[in-house]
Amino acid sequence: MPTNLEIVSPEKLLLSRPVDMVVIPAAEGDMGVLEGHTPMIVALRGGTIALYEGDRITDQLYVAGGFAEVTPERCTVLANEAIPLAELSRTEAERRLAEAEAAYDAAGKPEGVQEDALLDRVQSARAMVEATGSA
Amino acid sequence: MPSLKSLRTRINSVKSTQKITSAMKMVAASKLRRAQTQAEAARPYAERMERMMRALAASVAGSPTAPPLLIGTGKDQTHLLIAVTADRGLAGAFNSSIGRATRNLARRLESEGKTVKILTVGRKGRDYLRRELASRLLEPGISYAGKRRLEFADAAEIGERVTTMLMAGEIDVATIVYNRFQSVIAQVVTEQQIIPAPPPPAGQAEDTGAQYEFEPDEETILEKLLPQVLAIQVYRALLESAAGEHGARMTAMDNATRNAGDMIKRLTLNYNRARQANITKELIEIISGAEAV
Repeated sequence: MPTNLEIVSPEKLLLSRPVDMVVIPAAEGDMGVLEGHTPMIVALRGGTIALYEGDRITDQLYVAGGFAEVTPERCTVLANEAIPLAELSRTEAERRLAEAEAAYDAAGKPEGVQEDALLDRVQSARAMVEATGSA
Repeated sequence: MPSLKSLRTRINSVKSTQKITSAMKMVAASKLRRAQTQAEAARPYAERMERMMRALAASVAGSPTAPPLLIGTGKDQTHLLIAVTADRGLAGAFNSSIGRATRNLARRLESEGKTVKILTVGRKGRDYLRRELASRLLEPGISYAGKRRLEFADAAEIGERVTTMLMAGEIDVATIVYNRFQSVIAQVVTEQQIIPAPPPPAGQAEDTGAQYEFEPDEETILEKLLPQVLAIQVYRALLESAAGEHGARMTAMDNATRNAGDMIKRLTLNYNRARQANITKELIEIISGAEAV
């Protein structure tokens, strides 16, 4: 039985369709969502969302972070951006990684929330670079 | 009685003004359509965000460690007003009504002994408020002049700036003042408090029917989610205001075009009368001249 996947960005609804399984990059490790999953709200790290039909991956999208709401019937991903892997550009990804690392270095010794935010940014840029490699 | 030539020049000048106003009306109409589509496209995200927020707020409410974005700093001494206006004029009362509302709100808060800071979005609001409240304006004001399309990143930037101020203890409460788009002819000035986050409408938390599990945990998620919620509220206000601006301009330009039409009609009538009078006068002169011979 399929579960309904929705990927939404603040600017528009990016994708809405039933899939057999979706793997989302949750903050504490990848998470596969099938129909009938326990209701959850999870934070996402930067990484790749994989859509499965049967055992086959049909689509892969890179997300820079965000949130997901999982209920037994559906899985809603709120992402600031979601880009199909095929459309990712390596140069852009590397530029972002360099920027994120520069921002982290420039901040000196950030603490608490600020450190988390900067580290998240570096991590999500790194995931973007890795995603371009695997496409 | 103005001369024929001066009447002719006036008619021509009103005609060219009319051409401009009717062109502006067309432009506003097409921009309005675009702005409305954009506002519509933003809705799904905001709705889902709200649903998540309700689930979260319900489980964190009452906890003393809840983040300041949700419950404020516990004081309400310094108020930040975010006044959202357009960058261009010629939109009827659109900009000045925001200016007036912001000024009244600022005056009221100050008479209660509070400190007021104002962040302006859009050039027109800044121009308006600079006259009386210059010392409360935050530098630099925000303007999107020359930008073709509003992006979420713009709103996120405002959100970040507000959050930084809140964390630094510079502000306690933030309110956004903007024109809500009701219809093409009606824009409603709306004051919406964004920090501390207004409590979710009661009695709706249950209808999700589900008890969520959280990963990593409520507070970490909330910490990440709240800036996003703030940004989305700002984004919505900006979009509403953009749609409102084009609506207001369309109405204003429609009126201007109609007024120009009336004016042309009146001037043409005067012109024809003057022309007739001239002819009559000349005829009388010729006839009386002939009689005198």
